[in-house]
Amino acid sequence: MTGRLEEALNARIASGGKCLVPYITGGYPGWVDAIRACAAQGADAVEIGLPFSDPVMDGPVIQAASQVALEGGTNYIKILHEARTLDVGIPLAVMCYYNTVFHAGHERFASDLAAAGISAAIVPDLPLEESGDWCAAADAAGIETVMLAAPTAPDERLPRVVERARGFVYSVGLLGVTGERTSLALTATTLAARVKKVTTKPVLVGVGVSNAEQAVEASRVADGVIMGASVVRRLMEGGADAVGAYVHEVREALDSAKW
Amino acid sequence: MVTPGSDGRFGDFGGRFVPETLVPACQELEAAFEDAWADPMFRSDLNDLLREYAGRPSIMTECHNLSEQLGIRLILKREDLNHTGSHKINNVLGQTLLAKRMGKKRIVAETGAGQHGVASATAAALLGLECKVYMGAVDVARQELNVFRMRLLGSDVEAVTSGSQTLKDAVNEAMRDWVATVESTHYCLGSVMGPHPYPYMVRQFHRVIGDEAFEQTNEMLGTSPDVVVACVGGGSNAMGIFSGFVDTPARLIGVEPAGGAAVTRGQPGVVHGMKSFLMQDEYGQVAEAHSISAGLDYPGVGPEHSYLASIGRAEYPTVNDDEVISAFQLMSRSEGIIPALECAHALAWIVRESPSMKGKTVLMNLSGRGDKDVGQMMSILGGLQ
Repeated sequence: MTGRLEEALNARIASGGKCLVPYITGGYPGWVDAIRACAAQGADAVEIGLPFSDPVMDGPVIQAASQVALEGGTNYIKILHEARTLDVGIPLAVMCYYNTVFHAGHERFASDLAAAGISAAIVPDLPLEESGDWCAAADAAGIETVMLAAPTAPDERLPRVVERARGFVYSVGLLGVTGERTSLALTATTLAARVKKVTTKPVLVGVGVSNAEQAVEASRVADGVIMGASVVRRLMEGGADAVGAYVHEVREALDSAKW
Repeated sequence: MVTPGSDGRFGDFGGRFVPETLVPACQELEAAFEDAWADPMFRSDLNDLLREYAGRPSIMTECHNLSEQLGIRLILKREDLNHTGSHKINNVLGQTLLAKRMGKKRIVAETGAGQHGVASATAAALLGLECKVYMGAVDVARQELNVFRMRLLGSDVEAVTSGSQTLKDAVNEAMRDWVATVESTHYCLGSVMGPHPYPYMVRQFHRVIGDEAFEQTNEMLGTSPDVVVACVGGGSNAMGIFSGFVDTPARLIGVEPAGGAAVTRGQPGVVHGMKSFLMQDEYGQVAEAHSISAGLDYPGVGPEHSYLASIGRAEYPTVNDDEVISAFQLMSRSEGIIPALECAHALAWIVRESPSMKGKTVLMNLSGRGDKDVGQMMSILGGLQ
């Protein structure tokens, strides 16, 4: 069964376009308006980061935003409560570390997401072998679990990862944590091409996609991009308006590129 | 003793909760360790290093003065006499030999008090590996001598300023480094924690403590001790000595600091690649631990300890900082041995419980020497006129 997120991305791909999924740290001041701005400027979906005390996959920008959000007293219940009021017309996913899920309980967390109108979940520290219980609960609640494919994965592993993926396959752009880089890593397009070979699901590149030019470069191979640190930095520096302007710029670059 | 299968489980605990990027590295490490551990050449190389470089076997010391004061028979396993001053060298020599065997050129390590960092820097110098040590900025401040030691040994030390700026944040930063450098770098994790195979592998490298102590106590006593006591942060020295006695009738006691008591105050959780008891809030945010001892300042605990606690085989009581400060002075004055603050936790429990253990034989793992803590204790105790 295809979920809302996968449907939305497939619609964009079918129209000959490329997918743009910005990441916004939930609970950071102005995050709700930032999501509205993303939607208004043509994002296909938004990833809402649920801040965690020990974000091992995140670099300095998202770490700092998470810490500010946590110090401001946010928690995932509050974030989902606010997300419920977001009527932005595009699917929303959460990105969270596994202890948030485990501590809440798989079934409860999945039903909390569903009740808040969230379509999908990305859990970067839950690899394939450990994902069975959560994925079963998520499937039952209609939550799409996006799986990550890493540059280090041997060929035999990728088919099993994409088989388990719902929504899209998150093709990790480089060896390293989230954050802006001056150029797109070669691994970004190499891995995306390997993943594309083994799936018909949407394949989006994330981690290290840092500007409009890199988004276009990654999308030459992939079906689109996830942009995290470059979006969150703008949220921290210029609020929702700066996020909107940036998403607009990337959207235009993707729409005007020749594929 | 449990030998975990490929799922890395000790009962419900353990596992491998790491980003996809690290899964192949953990699998490669698991295979490399199994292969090396079964290879007589590797074991012989490691045993040579343990004997000729670390100074094993470590001796046993009977504490006649403290025994008389406390009404028990107290014996110490002297891991403080190993090269670099703690048990940490056992694991580090094993992991660095393994890293070389795997063709890695560089190691990264986290450290709390600095003991694992110093041991890693030492082994890296010996074996010609590049070494980077992550250490919380708070710990850098309270353990500046160990920071200098690591640099003197040729390692790069980075002060970690994220989060609580202690051991858990140093682990986060070491994992971030490893995610980016996994092809050339081995993560030399310093305790029986982290993703599979670390908890199992690190225990195997430390079980030499328990295996020696089992033989030594048999020789001294003709039997096993009644009680085996060790301090627990991540829990490597405790797992090392417990592994010699888990199949005997001895009571096993892992003493946690009151401010970092994962077993007593935690609930099952997942951080740093493992499912284990973890101090956390109602939303699963990891709590900050607070302990006078940087080496025990950790909100989690190795998964095998969670397992031993869950089946009731080992007990995990807590002691507070004041009890630790008293025990630190007591051992110094009564036995002429300055213990690491970590080990003073074990003694603090023994002192408190000694009235209920009259006549019992108590084996304590003295896992490190206290030189590194002297500066900190001087500022707490003043000049001691």
